Amino acid sequence: MKALSQKRRHPFAFVALLLLGLLLTGGLYAAATTVNQAQASNTPDGFSSEQVEEGERLFVANCASCHGMNAEGSDAGPSLVGVGAASVEFQVGTGRMPMQMQGPQAQQKPPQFNEEQTSQLAAYVASLGAGPGIPDDEWLDVDQGDPARGGELFRINCAMCHNAAGAGGALTEGKYAPSLHGVDEVHIYTAMTTGPQNMPVFNDANIPPEDKRDIIAFLKTYEQQGSPGGFSLGFLGPVSEGLLIWTLGLALLIGSMVWLTSRSS
Amino acid sequence: MSASNETYTEDQYLEVNKYQPKSSSGKIANYVDTRVGGTGIVREFGRKVFPDHWTFMFGEVALYSFIITVISGAFLTFWFDPSMATTRYSGSYAPLQGLEMSMAYATSLELSFDVRGGLFMRQLHHWGALMFVLAMSVHMIRVFFTGAFRKPRELNWVVGATLLVLGLGAGFTGYSLPDEVLSGNGLRIIDGMLKAIPVVGTYISFFLFGGEFPGNEVIPRLYALHIFVIPALILILIAVHLFLVVTHKHTQYPGPGRTERNVVGYPVGPVYAAKAGGFFFIVMGVLSLLAGTFQINALWNYGPYDPSPVQAGTQPDWYIGWFDGVLRIMPGFIGNIPLEFVIPTPWGGNSIATPVLVPMIPITLLLLGVFVWPWLENWITGDKREHHLLDRPRNAPTRTAFGVAMVVWYLVMWGAASSDLMATHFALSLNDVIYWLRAAFFLGPIIAYLLTKRICLALQRKDREVALHGHEAGVIEVSAEGEFHEKHKLPNEHELWTLVSYEAPAPSGPQPNAKGKITALEKLRARLNRIWFEDRVEPVSREEYLEVMRHHGHGPSALEAAESRQAITAGTGSDSR
Repeated sequence: MKALSQKRRHPFAFVALLLLGLLLTGGLYAAATTVNQAQASNTPDGFSSEQVEEGERLFVANCASCHGMNAEGSDAGPSLVGVGAASVEFQVGTGRMPMQMQGPQAQQKPPQFNEEQTSQLAAYVASLGAGPGIPDDEWLDVDQGDPARGGELFRINCAMCHNAAGAGGALTEGKYAPSLHGVDEVHIYTAMTTGPQNMPVFNDANIPPEDKRDIIAFLKTYEQQGSPGGFSLGFLGPVSEGLLIWTLGLALLIGSMVWLTSRSS
Repeated sequence: MSASNETYTEDQYLEVNKYQPKSSSGKIANYVDTRVGGTGIVREFGRKVFPDHWTFMFGEVALYSFIITVISGAFLTFWFDPSMATTRYSGSYAPLQGLEMSMAYATSLELSFDVRGGLFMRQLHHWGALMFVLAMSVHMIRVFFTGAFRKPRELNWVVGATLLVLGLGAGFTGYSLPDEVLSGNGLRIIDGMLKAIPVVGTYISFFLFGGEFPGNEVIPRLYALHIFVIPALILILIAVHLFLVVTHKHTQYPGPGRTERNVVGYPVGPVYAAKAGGFFFIVMGVLSLLAGTFQINALWNYGPYDPSPVQAGTQPDWYIGWFDGVLRIMPGFIGNIPLEFVIPTPWGGNSIATPVLVPMIPITLLLLGVFVWPWLENWITGDKREHHLLDRPRNAPTRTAFGVAMVVWYLVMWGAASSDLMATHFALSLNDVIYWLRAAFFLGPIIAYLLTKRICLALQRKDREVALHGHEAGVIEVSAEGEFHEKHKLPNEHELWTLVSYEAPAPSGPQPNAKGKITALEKLRARLNRIWFEDRVEPVSREEYLEVMRHHGHGPSALEAAESRQAITAGTGSDSR
């Protein structure tokens, strides 16, 4: 330290300091840009820069009228910066986007883009800013999940809107929680991570990926088991049961009553 | 017949001992008969005459559904354990394995998945319960609209109404037993209603639940009510109900040969006994068909009870629906003003939960109205006579209109319990559904009253028209002068009887009491009486009928036939005041 302090007035000291400063800033910049590049061209979801380019082209042609040329959002649609690849996978993959018409909420319909195009769009949106990504296959493998635990988590976190049997339910002003029967694993997962429409976001701090897998495992187990007691009547509970007894039940009875009294003699 | 038994002569006594049957079955029959007196019972009840009409069979359905529910319920009690002690589920339903739950829920699951035939019996029990209340309701509606509750059957109507209320109680206590989230939410609403009662509500709730909700005592208590207290009361009242039916004899629809003094029909034995016995198996068959093919109360979906979650699509069984519905349409706020308020008291204040209390008003009014209706109606109409002939609903326009209005009122509250499903399944806004239901709650009954009354009067006018001029035959004739007219087919005797035999008295006006004064109450009665009777279509009288027949230029033979028509005399003249 003494040597350093003695030499600080050396004529080359200034030059050395300048060099050191340049080296540091340059090095940091280089490091920072490579990190950025890594996010853009090699995201955790493994998108390539070609996908991003292709996705941008699709975006401009199909989405930009509402979400803006640079996905910055407009009066007709929100900004997509930072919504992540997961949002695209859910919204486009289930056919909700591009939206058919404005309404209380986006309706599910046959997807307009194939899987390749969907992942290109996802790549482009992911390149705009960090957001929830496409889950690894490991988190979608229902064989590794625990359906009993998943059922408990489902009843605590999901059933108040989606119904105990996942049959869906009403929300305010014409919005609704859709039925979960027959929904792809990846769409259940990405819905939880992105919180589409009125749904809250269940991030990894809230429900860790293992738990999400359990929930998916529960839903898939439930789907496979069918309804043990016969026709399910839409899994809607007492209302559809009441409707059946007042229609089919009463009709069968009245039919037999009329038949019985018509042949008394 | 029983009287002859009392005067048992020495000869008869000896004859009983002398009789020796020959065949072995005869010996058995005689052995039993001499010990239980079967002959007397069959002679008394077997000859009881019942009129035949399909609408008279709903009460029977209720009875049979009740029996089926009792039988299937007895099966369930062999496995069900009404305990709130916690256990870890280890049965065969995978999505619940390893979860902590009460014994009640665990044994319900065991019944559903591990007991042979258990799920079927559970579903049979539940469908049977829905059918039981349904059949009682339809039976009550039939009795109301045909006026079968009038003197001398007022008390039996009250017994029936009590049975309906007990049916609701039986259903609700059973719905709450499995201790899953759905029924727990139902209990929570009951808890909320109890706590809403000012001052004493909290105490009543703590008393019922044995402490703070949910506690660990309510399921065993409900179980005792469900399998013992309520079914016992229902059984006793069914016995009273049937006894009174036998005492009063059955009512009948107006028709040729049917008067206030007879019953036209078939005796119980053998035709009716066979038919009623067969009908039991038809009801059993219908319920078994439902139980075997349609899933009901899939309690494995709801999970063990936990006070925190409430699931979408949480509804009570249909007959409790109107309690839920009326709570749903009651606003908690009007604008920014909360409807709930606190009465300050020295010990801190009593909160008055208006949004829960106010909805109880229409429910109380409807239930109370059912109980007092027979007296209310005969006070208004001033009709103190016995009635064994039923009204066709159109011939009592005001009663029918009022009844339909009340049914509509009930339906609005009932429908409101499914407001969320109406919104999702008809792509509506839940908020709009609620607003419309609120409007329908107030306007529905009024519109229903006015419309029904007009429809009844129009039908009565049509009946008059048919009685006097016959049915349009659909055949157009041209006379020699070129006049077109449609051929009319006169009703046959049977139909004519039905068309003309009713009463439509004019409003009676206020009557002074014994002191010659007209009280304020009497004025009210007179006003209601005027509303009741002012719109009236008079039945066709004999003179009118003959006059029209003559005027139409029917030949002497037609006139002769017309004069011989008993219906006209019996319908309007002798039986009325």
